[in-house]
Amino acid sequence: MRQRRLGRFGLGLSTAVLGLFLAVTPTLACGGLIGPNGAVNLLRTSTFAGYHDGVEHYVTSFEFAGGGGAFGSITPLPAVPTSVEKGGDWTLQRLVRETSPVAERVSLDFAASAPAASGAEELMKVKIDALDLTVLKGGAADIGAWATAHGFRLPPDAPEVLDFYAARSQIFLAAAFDADAAGARGQAVGDGTPIHITMPTDNPWVPLRILALGKNAGEVVQADVYLLTDRAPALLPAPTGSNGIRLDHSARATESLLADLQSDRGMAWIPSSGWLTKVAVDGTAGQLGYDLAIDASGAGRPSAIDAGFTMPGAVIPVTSVDFSRILLALTFVGIGLVGLGLMAKARPSAGRPIGW
Amino acid sequence: MNAGRTVTAVALGLGVAVLTGIGANALARASEPLVVSITIHYSHFEPARITVPAGRPVTFVITNGDPIDHEWIVGDAASQRRHRTGTEPSHGERPTEISIPAGTERRTTVTFAATGSQLFTCHLPGHERYGMVGTITVN
Repeated sequence: MRQRRLGRFGLGLSTAVLGLFLAVTPTLACGGLIGPNGAVNLLRTSTFAGYHDGVEHYVTSFEFAGGGGAFGSITPLPAVPTSVEKGGDWTLQRLVRETSPVAERVSLDFAASAPAASGAEELMKVKIDALDLTVLKGGAADIGAWATAHGFRLPPDAPEVLDFYAARSQIFLAAAFDADAAGARGQAVGDGTPIHITMPTDNPWVPLRILALGKNAGEVVQADVYLLTDRAPALLPAPTGSNGIRLDHSARATESLLADLQSDRGMAWIPSSGWLTKVAVDGTAGQLGYDLAIDASGAGRPSAIDAGFTMPGAVIPVTSVDFSRILLALTFVGIGLVGLGLMAKARPSAGRPIGW
Repeated sequence: MNAGRTVTAVALGLGVAVLTGIGANALARASEPLVVSITIHYSHFEPARITVPAGRPVTFVITNGDPIDHEWIVGDAASQRRHRTGTEPSHGERPTEISIPAGTERRTTVTFAATGSQLFTCHLPGHERYGMVGTITVN
């Protein structure tokens, strides 16, 4: 039986990215920098969320532009993964090629390194290249304790952002990357380590707010989110462009794309037909106060909870009915009708010449 | 006549004793620390504006409800500038410089001798810019 957490949540997956940008170890309490040299740069991120047969396959990776030391990220997940493994080497590039005729370099990579700790429950630990991945279960305080115990420091907006996610699902994926170790492995700037997370869910979901973690409200956030669903999905919020997300592609997936994706590592689950959607995140951190809710069922009702517009258990205020006002209004209507009736009765019949 | 003087003297004595007691009590209370509670939530101080009397000890009870560490550094603008580029990994030696680990409470007692305005700030990376700043007005 597949494990489903927050089924109402719908799904899935996670997203796009990586989020929480745990900062580096040295704990310089007095105005110290986040990293030893502040040189770790993340460029545009790319994520693929495929959904078929009630299972979300999430492939993500991000560009690592150089720098040393250790850093990490945390991605909120809507469900406990059944597997976390190395992703195919070219799935993301192939998707870019499909939606961007002019080939553009995309890349991937992560970084991190980490010990073990307290607070959150560690459900799964996986090491992929220079990446240490840990699936965590816990609330905001647990995740914070875990991060601290591992020598990472969360940015100041983390408490609110973690609460935002933990209220809906207390499953997180922590990724720790050691850039020095990656360098020692021969990984160069622009190289990537794609990871593939498999999670059973009711509907796919892509956390977007986490992308803004640690950023100033005016900082630009860019990411590409590719969705492959059995049919055209309904999205919430709708990608209007003015709200920080834009619909760049929405069409039936081509046979060649599906065949190519199927041939990549761990992608045999790709169906023989599907709908490809590309949502470009291109807005300010201040705009990204929501996640991307997806309804892949065809019902056209993406969840407001998945989008983060409503929290689970939130009471929707219902305006109380004021019967006294209704009674008063009905009284006036009644008086008016009676008045009209009396006037009609007193009025001479139509057609009768006045003065007769 | 003598009885009247005696009554007056006793009354005066009692009055002086009562006044002395009241005064002593007032003095004792003035030397007791005033307790001010500050809560940290979502990387913000609540309240962020505090008024305290000069010359009287003030015990600050700072509760960090966040899952991340914070600091509470009190001082004038020059002091805050120093801490902005400081490298002390933690605080606690000085009553005006406190580190508050995630989910904990810390107490510190400070006596502000002079009237004026002081800032309290968290100087962990990005926290001040995020809004972790408050003001103490000393009257």
